[in-house]
Amino acid sequence: MRQLSRRAALALSASGAALTIVGWNEGAFATAKEAADDIAKFTGGKTAEKAKISIELPEIAENGNTVPLSVAVDAPMTAENYVSEILVVADGNPRPGVATFHFSSMSGKAEASTRIRLATTQNIIVVAKTSKGEFFTGQKQVKVTIGGCGG
Amino acid sequence: MAEKPRLKLPKEAKKGEVIEIKTLMPHTMESGQRKDKDGKTIPRKIINKFTAEFNGKPVFSANLDPAIAANPYMQFYAKVDASGTFKFTWTDDDGTVITAEEKITVG
Repeated sequence: MRQLSRRAALALSASGAALTIVGWNEGAFATAKEAADDIAKFTGGKTAEKAKISIELPEIAENGNTVPLSVAVDAPMTAENYVSEILVVADGNPRPGVATFHFSSMSGKAEASTRIRLATTQNIIVVAKTSKGEFFTGQKQVKVTIGGCGG
Repeated sequence: MAEKPRLKLPKEAKKGEVIEIKTLMPHTMESGQRKDKDGKTIPRKIINKFTAEFNGKPVFSANLDPAIAANPYMQFYAKVDASGTFKFTWTDDDGTVITAEEKITVG
């Protein structure tokens, strides 16, 4: 995993760190396919429309250990029709799962923010499910600088 | 795990208002991917679930994976129609459950 502690990251030279990461966890990183599998499980194989999702993430994250993420779905939140779930996956972490948010009609807004870990430059893919069984999706790439001086 | 969560939400709101709620739980969120200095994998230990209820009804919840950063922060919203109590719950991999409550007056 590239989530070296700050101490560990500082202890290694930049190139040394990169070599360590490769040797350490070879083959352990999620592929885009695993992320796609998670999404397929979430949608039950239905196609998600590329619409209504907004994702707030920095374009470049200097410290992959804590990257602010906000997701929002432009949809009404009424008792009859609301966004019930939002799945967030990352296609370059050791495992694709990030979080699943569950909403109710009492949520008021289909929006949530948290802070995530990103092992490397990768895509964050968001899929929303409505109470009517519709699916919407969006994605955004984040460039991650690991063990940089900005951490 | 004895540390207390931090909560930020208004004390008062208008009926039907959508309020913003912020929570932060001090926790290392050990990912299960790191190794110690002897090369042994440090076992995963994270907060895997967060829930928010208002007057006993679910408002928001989240299933969290190890990709959530240390000290899990959650910001979300709630539509309040009456005065009552928010109850927040964090569940650790080891089964520990931490709860916190906050009252709101809706006029």
